[in-house]
Amino acid sequence: MKALGKTLLGRDPFEEIVIGNTALVRAMVESNVRVATTYPGSPTPEIASAILSIPAAERPFYFEYSTNEKVATEVAFGASINGHLSCVFFKSVGLNVAADSFVQLGLMELPGGMIIVLGDDPGANSSQNEQDNRHYTRLSCIPAFEPADPREAYEMFLEGASLSVLRKMPVIIRLTTHVCHAKQKVSFGGWDPVHPDRTPRFDPDKGPYVPIAGDALALKRRSLARLEEIRTYSENSPFNVLTDNGNRDKGVITAGLPFLSLMDVLEEAHERPDILKLGMIHPIPRSLIRHFLETHREVKVLEELDDVLEKEIKALAYDSRQDTVIHGKKELEDWVGEYTPDKVARVLNNTWPGLVDMLEAPERSPLAPRPPQMCPGCGHRSAFHAIRQALKAEDITVADIGCHTLGYLPPYRMGQVLLSMGHSTGTGSGLSLFNDERKVVAFIGDSTLFHAGLPGIVNAVFNRHNLTLVVMENGTTAMTGHQDHPGSGANANGPVEALSIEALLEGLGVKSIRRVDTYSQTKLLQAVREALEEEGLSVVIASHPCMLKFTREQRRKEGYSQRKVRIDQDKCIRVMECISEFACPSFQRDRDGNIFVHPELCIGDASCIQTCPTHAIVLDTEKKDSWEGEGS
Amino acid sequence: MRRFDIYLTGVGGQGIGLLSEVIIRAGDHAGLPVSGVDTHGLAQRGGMVVSHVRFGALRTTPLVRLGSADLVIALEISEAMRALHSHARPGGTLVFYDTAWQTLSARLGKESSPSREDLEEACRKKQVRPIGIRKEDLQDHRMQNMVLLGRITRDELIPGIGKEHYEKAMDDLMAGSMLEANLKVFREMLEGS
Repeated sequence: MKALGKTLLGRDPFEEIVIGNTALVRAMVESNVRVATTYPGSPTPEIASAILSIPAAERPFYFEYSTNEKVATEVAFGASINGHLSCVFFKSVGLNVAADSFVQLGLMELPGGMIIVLGDDPGANSSQNEQDNRHYTRLSCIPAFEPADPREAYEMFLEGASLSVLRKMPVIIRLTTHVCHAKQKVSFGGWDPVHPDRTPRFDPDKGPYVPIAGDALALKRRSLARLEEIRTYSENSPFNVLTDNGNRDKGVITAGLPFLSLMDVLEEAHERPDILKLGMIHPIPRSLIRHFLETHREVKVLEELDDVLEKEIKALAYDSRQDTVIHGKKELEDWVGEYTPDKVARVLNNTWPGLVDMLEAPERSPLAPRPPQMCPGCGHRSAFHAIRQALKAEDITVADIGCHTLGYLPPYRMGQVLLSMGHSTGTGSGLSLFNDERKVVAFIGDSTLFHAGLPGIVNAVFNRHNLTLVVMENGTTAMTGHQDHPGSGANANGPVEALSIEALLEGLGVKSIRRVDTYSQTKLLQAVREALEEEGLSVVIASHPCMLKFTREQRRKEGYSQRKVRIDQDKCIRVMECISEFACPSFQRDRDGNIFVHPELCIGDASCIQTCPTHAIVLDTEKKDSWEGEGS
Repeated sequence: MRRFDIYLTGVGGQGIGLLSEVIIRAGDHAGLPVSGVDTHGLAQRGGMVVSHVRFGALRTTPLVRLGSADLVIALEISEAMRALHSHARPGGTLVFYDTAWQTLSARLGKESSPSREDLEEACRKKQVRPIGIRKEDLQDHRMQNMVLLGRITRDELIPGIGKEHYEKAMDDLMAGSMLEANLKVFREMLEGS
């Protein structure tokens, strides 16, 4: 919406239709958060977009894109022990990066309070796995709320923030993808800005803050005791909601978005079980659950991903010698994917056959899936097209995380293995051992290089590994929505000096560094060929600005006119290089097999022209936005 | 009010997010309870993008169930075909913009994009009413979403929401020359026959 930033700073209560991520930002404002940090990752980047909709000078709190999730956590922690309420947010797998510091937080006294917002991704919509971060809440002794929709996300953040400040301990708000992105009207409260206390209040005597030797155990005892106190709070939380359908036979215990799927499915059910929806997923309200078990003959634990609640509830029933039948997960598929209404209907019927009518399974679409792909004009496409020619079929390419990961798809097939952010140099180094036959090329994006790529590079220099690293530089964090990074010349608060990747690599001891614009495919091919012949770690910086970002910026300029390319049908002999090798989505074919350039897709970048052996791709000098040829 | 579920689909970059947001806000202006959810993230890079909008649902999931959408809105013809199979309900309506952004399989010649006739035939088999649109004089293809919205408004495809609600929603979301251009296309479609 227009003027989102202004809306988010309103003093009076208001209602607005927002996504969960935006609702959280109003909660930050109302809670008087002082410091917020993140590294971008789906499903949480729109939290940052909402923050950035407030001009830097008017932002009531400090915000930064940190270099990675661990640093973001540490910055938020440092602010909190200095007395400022802080908030760090990131995606599911970001917690693995942050974990080394994150697991210590539960041990610490945090005078300012600290909220950790986790964006889990059931269904792995934009992640490399669908890990269930509820495990980490147990591992770290940190209490956690789980909202089902934007309204609850807002309310639970407010509640979590006041709990965190009161108890001087961290609190987690665990979201999932379709809570982050769900849209609904939320009633927000008023906001009384407080005059910020700028006194640095860090007091080492409030610790200990150095958990070594005996202190680590003392801190663990305090942390466990604190969590037990929170359990009493959890028992009485207004976010635990009992839906009494008068059913003493069947009950369901659930939390978060699966609750809403359940409500949807039960509308047309033959029998409606009672429902206990938990507001806090750690620590769970034991007395409340025990009572629910006592008053129902059978209870289904309905939870997405892992059997975290199920195990705890079963143990609880065992300890209290209850003979309620507890239904947990039944089959492998119950562990997999998002609990959409259709999935919940299946899961319920597997537990209680015939409880709900199953909708007729839709026919399978006759069409091939449409996975994401590199945009028209993407510099990575030019890079892959050139680099592929420098490699033999048996050579090994290692992908990393970012837009360039899409190079693994046909027809490029560049990047054959992927673990995590920044893994590529390390994995590539391992692949180079006992290997004199197959060249190893690792890829990494520029944002990822700063995020977690540096230790692998230092290791390759230090241990003299033999591989070529291609830095796929586009000047931004493109995949998650063009956030700035240390090499882009600006941070979330304004312009800063861009960190030079060459200088950085030189400082790390890399001896062989080449830089080529990826649109210069012949030069890039040559550079990669040379690099591959060298011993040790060689780096090629394959650079071109993100064309999606560039084109959007150009379109906003006065008098901008869109160039296009077209196929000269007299010269085209259907070699199909543009379609089957270069594969820019702008090249399409009509019913007769003629290639045409789709005017809605072509951005006129002309990076394709050099790839046509018969020079049939030409810049269209006539300005028109109509079909060159058409399939339908 | 009675439930009304809408499933929107297209390809990343076609402007589904804006169209969905206009419909949600228009519904709100018309006093309808509404919720929704969009695809974000990686899929937006040229992949299949969907948005769910549900009117009349209060405390339920924003996700439209398979085979139960009263209205499917598709910005691209292959995605229209896909959504017809996955989400349209018999007796529902499928409104689509008649443009094709071929999938890689189609570009490589491994399958052909469905034609408008293929889609209409498939709709008849599923007892779904097809409405195909193509505005020949459209200057900027990024406003195909507004062409669809104009037609939805003219044919009153979403019960309870009228022209003034849609225009107010557009005004919530856009400003300046962008608003003017979008309103112009929208209004032209209202007058069309």
